[in-house]
Amino acid sequence: MGKKKFLTWSLLLLLLVSTALFGCSSDDSSEEGGSEGGSTEEKTLIFGRGGDSVSLDPIAVTDGESFKVTKNIFDTLVNFGEQDTEIEPGLASEWTPSEDGLTYTFKLQEGVKFHDGTDFNAEAVVKNFERWAAGDGEQFPYYGSMFGGYGDDEGHVIESVEATGDYEVVFKLKRPQAPFLKNLAMSPFAIASPTAVEEAGDSFGDNPVGTGPFKFVEWKRNDTITIEKFDDYWVDGEPKLDQVVFRAIPDNSARLNALLSGEIDLADGITPSDAGTIEGDDNLQLFERPSMNVGYLGMTVTREPFDDPKVRQAVNHAIDKQAIVDAFFEGRAEVAKNPIPPVISGYNDSIEDYEYSPEKAKELLAEAGLSDGFDMELYAMPVPRPYMPDGQKVAEAIQKNLADVGINAKIVSFEWATYLEKAANGEADAFLLGWTGDNGDADNFLYALLDQDNVGTNNYTYYENQELHDLLIKAQSEVDEDVRNDLYMQAQEIIHEDAPWVPLAHSTPLLAGGKNVMNFKAHPTGSDKLASVDLE
Amino acid sequence: MLHYIGRRLLQLIPVLLGMTFIVFMIIRAIPGDPAQVILGQQASEEAIKALRTNLGLDNPWYIQYFDYLKGLITGDLGESLRTRTPVVDEVWPYLAATIELSLFAIIIAVVIGINAGIISAWFQNSWFDYLAMIIALIGVSMPIFWLGLMNQWIFSIELGILPTTGRENVRDPVDVITGFYVLDTLIAGDFNQLSTVLKHLVLPGTALATIPMAIIARMTRSSMLEVMRSDFVRTARSKGLSMFWVVYKHALKNAIIPVLTIIGLQMGLLLGGAILTETIFGWPGIGRYIYEAIGFRDYPVIQSGILIVAFIFVMINLIVDLLYGLVDPRIKYD
Repeated sequence: MGKKKFLTWSLLLLLLVSTALFGCSSDDSSEEGGSEGGSTEEKTLIFGRGGDSVSLDPIAVTDGESFKVTKNIFDTLVNFGEQDTEIEPGLASEWTPSEDGLTYTFKLQEGVKFHDGTDFNAEAVVKNFERWAAGDGEQFPYYGSMFGGYGDDEGHVIESVEATGDYEVVFKLKRPQAPFLKNLAMSPFAIASPTAVEEAGDSFGDNPVGTGPFKFVEWKRNDTITIEKFDDYWVDGEPKLDQVVFRAIPDNSARLNALLSGEIDLADGITPSDAGTIEGDDNLQLFERPSMNVGYLGMTVTREPFDDPKVRQAVNHAIDKQAIVDAFFEGRAEVAKNPIPPVISGYNDSIEDYEYSPEKAKELLAEAGLSDGFDMELYAMPVPRPYMPDGQKVAEAIQKNLADVGINAKIVSFEWATYLEKAANGEADAFLLGWTGDNGDADNFLYALLDQDNVGTNNYTYYENQELHDLLIKAQSEVDEDVRNDLYMQAQEIIHEDAPWVPLAHSTPLLAGGKNVMNFKAHPTGSDKLASVDLE
Repeated sequence: MLHYIGRRLLQLIPVLLGMTFIVFMIIRAIPGDPAQVILGQQASEEAIKALRTNLGLDNPWYIQYFDYLKGLITGDLGESLRTRTPVVDEVWPYLAATIELSLFAIIIAVVIGINAGIISAWFQNSWFDYLAMIIALIGVSMPIFWLGLMNQWIFSIELGILPTTGRENVRDPVDVITGFYVLDTLIAGDFNQLSTVLKHLVLPGTALATIPMAIIARMTRSSMLEVMRSDFVRTARSKGLSMFWVVYKHALKNAIIPVLTIIGLQMGLLLGGAILTETIFGWPGIGRYIYEAIGFRDYPVIQSGILIVAFIFVMINLIVDLLYGLVDPRIKYD
C-alpha cells in the first residue's frame, strides 16, 4: 500500500468512527427536548439549580438548597404570602394570640394526611415541637436561633406546646416574641410525620415524610432529587404537576445552556448579565425574585482609621452606588440606603442617603486628620451571591472611587470559608458581604447583623452601640406593630449616623424558565412552593 | 511475579500513610471552622462550640490523626461532617460516576491519540503530521471550561444532538444497580436508555479526553520515530513485510512502553482531577464531591476522598508496571 493511499484510507476510517460516535445520538434527540417530549402524559418539571441539598429533614439544615426541596414535601403551620412575608393560613386554619402576646391558640386543618398515611393532628404538632426542643444547636440549628434556645434554656421563648383537642394546639411563651408567627412560617419549622421520624431515626433526612404537595421519590446525590405528586394533598386541585426533579448544575453558564437546550424547564441563579439573552429568546421567560437582601461594604470599626465615624461617613460619600448597580447588577437592583430592604415593615424611607460626593468625602477625611488619605485592605468576595453577583468587579469599582478621594485600597480575596472566618475575626479593614432574610422581619436584619450581641458572628464590623442595642431588644418583644416599627426606624437613624456599613444594593435575584411554565412565583425567601405551578 | 506484586503492595503502605498525614495537616492548616460552616451564618456561639466538641475538633491534632488512622485500619473512612453519613456509604455513586467517565475518556484518548501518533511518525513531515501536531499542541493548552461550554453551545443548543449536562435523561431515570450507568442499562436490557447514557458521556468524555489525547499522540509519535529508525524495522521491511504490518506489529510493540506509562499517569489524573469537567457538565463525580467538601471543611470526606483517589492512582501505576512485562518479554519481575 502506498503512503498516500494509506493516509486517505485512514482518514476515511477516522471520519467513519467519528460519525458513528455522533450518529448514535442523532436518531432520538427529541426525547431530551424537555418540554415537547415530557408533557404529553406526565407533567414533569425539571428545576436546575447551583447545588445539591444537604439533608431533606428541614429542621436539621440551614442551607437554601435543602429548603427549596423540603418546602414542597412539607407544610408549615402558617405560610408566607405568595410573594411576600405576610402571614397566611397553612396547616393551621386560624389562630388567636392573647392580649399579652404570651399565648397563641391554633385551630388546625382537619382531614390532612401525611405521605405515610398517618393523620395530621394536634398530637403531631406537639411531637414535632417536643423533638426540636429536646435537641441542641448541632441537631436543629435554626430552632435555637429563632426561638432563643432549647428545653430549659433561659432564652428559650416557647414554654409549652399543648394539644387541647384533636385539632387545637396552644403555645405558651415565656415572653412575647414579635416575629413568632413569621418564625413558624419558616421552612425549617415544617411539620414532619412523627411516625416516620421515629421509624427512620437518623436517616429521616434521606426519607422525608410530610404533608406537602409532593412526596419524596429518589435522591441521586449531587445530581437529582425527584419528588412526585401526592394524590391526597389537602388543598383541592393541587399540585398541578406530576413530578418535579431538582437537578444540580453548579456552573451558571452550563445551567443556562441546559435551559436553552430544553433539558431543564426552570433555572435558578441566572446572572444579571445573562438576563438579556433570556429576554431576547421567544421560548423563555425571566422571573424576578422579590428582593429581600442587602449587599454591603462593611468597615471593621475596631481597626484604624475606621474607628472614626467621620472616616466611615467619608467612605459612604466616596462610593458611587448607582454606578455600581448599573454596571454589575445590570440595573436589576435598588440602591440601598438602609441595612433592611424596603419591603420589610419598619423600613425608614425618610433617611437621606449619603450622596455621592468625593468633595464631601475629602472634607470629612480632612476633618478626621487624614487629608493625605491612607492605605487599607479591601476584601472582595470570592463567590457570586444573589446580593453580590461579582464581588471582584464591585471591589474594583470601589477601589477606584476610594482612590479618587486619596484612599489607597488594596484588593484581597480568599477562599469563601477562609474569607468569612477572617472577616468574623475582625481581620479585614473593609469587606464586601451581604445577607438574605429568613423570615422577612426587621429583627432578622438589624439585630442579627448590627447588634453588639452578634459581634464576632454575624456582626462582622464589630460595631457596638448601647442605645441601638436597647432599641433592638425592646423591639423583639414589642407586640404593637406601630410601636415596633417606630423603634426600628429610630434604630436605622442611629445606624445611618454611625455608618458601620456602606449599604450598596438590594438586588433582585433572577430565574428563567421555558415559556410553558405557568404560575411560577418566585418567593423572596428563596424557597419556592411549586404546588400551583403547571406546564402548558 | 506474585512476589513482585506482594512487594509492591507492601510498598504502598508507607506511601498512603504519608499521604494521609500530608493531607491531614494541610486541610487543618487552612483557616475556616467546619462547625461554623455546617451550622451556617445564623448559628450561635454555643451551638458551634457544642458541635466542635462533638466532632472531636477540640482534641489536639495528633489525637485526631490517630483516631482517624485507627478508623482506617478497621475500614472506617469516617463520617461526613455535613451529611452525617459514613463516607464508605456515600462515596460509591460518586466514584462510579467518575470511573465511568474517565474510562470513556481514556478510551477515546488512547484510540485516537495512539493512532494519530503512529500515522504522524509514519508520515513524518507530511501535512497530516503537521496538522495532527498542531491540533495536539492546541489540545494540551486548551482551557477545558471554554471547550466544554463551546461544545455545549454547538452540539446541544445549535445542533440539538447531544445533552449539555448530567448522566441521564431525568425524565426516564436509570435504575441504579452498579452505579455504572452503561452497565446498568445493559443489565436492564434497555437500549434506548443505553443510547441516552452514551450520549451524555460524549461531551464530558471528549472534553476530558482532549488533553490526554494530545499528550498520548505526541508521546507515541516521538517514541515511534525513534523505533522506526532502528535496524530491525529496516530488516523487516527488506524481508518484504508490508509497511502497515511493520508499523502496527513490530514498531508499535517496541515503542509502546513510554506511551503506557503516560496512559497510566493520565488515567490517574483523570480520576482525581476532573473537577472542572464535572462542574461544567454537572457530573456527580468524586472530584466535585471532594471539592465541595473542601468548601465545607468536611475533613473526613476530604481525607478519605483523596485517600481513595490516591489508592486508585497507585494501583493503576502498578497495573501499568505489570503490563510492561506483557508487552516486552525482556522485562522480568522478581
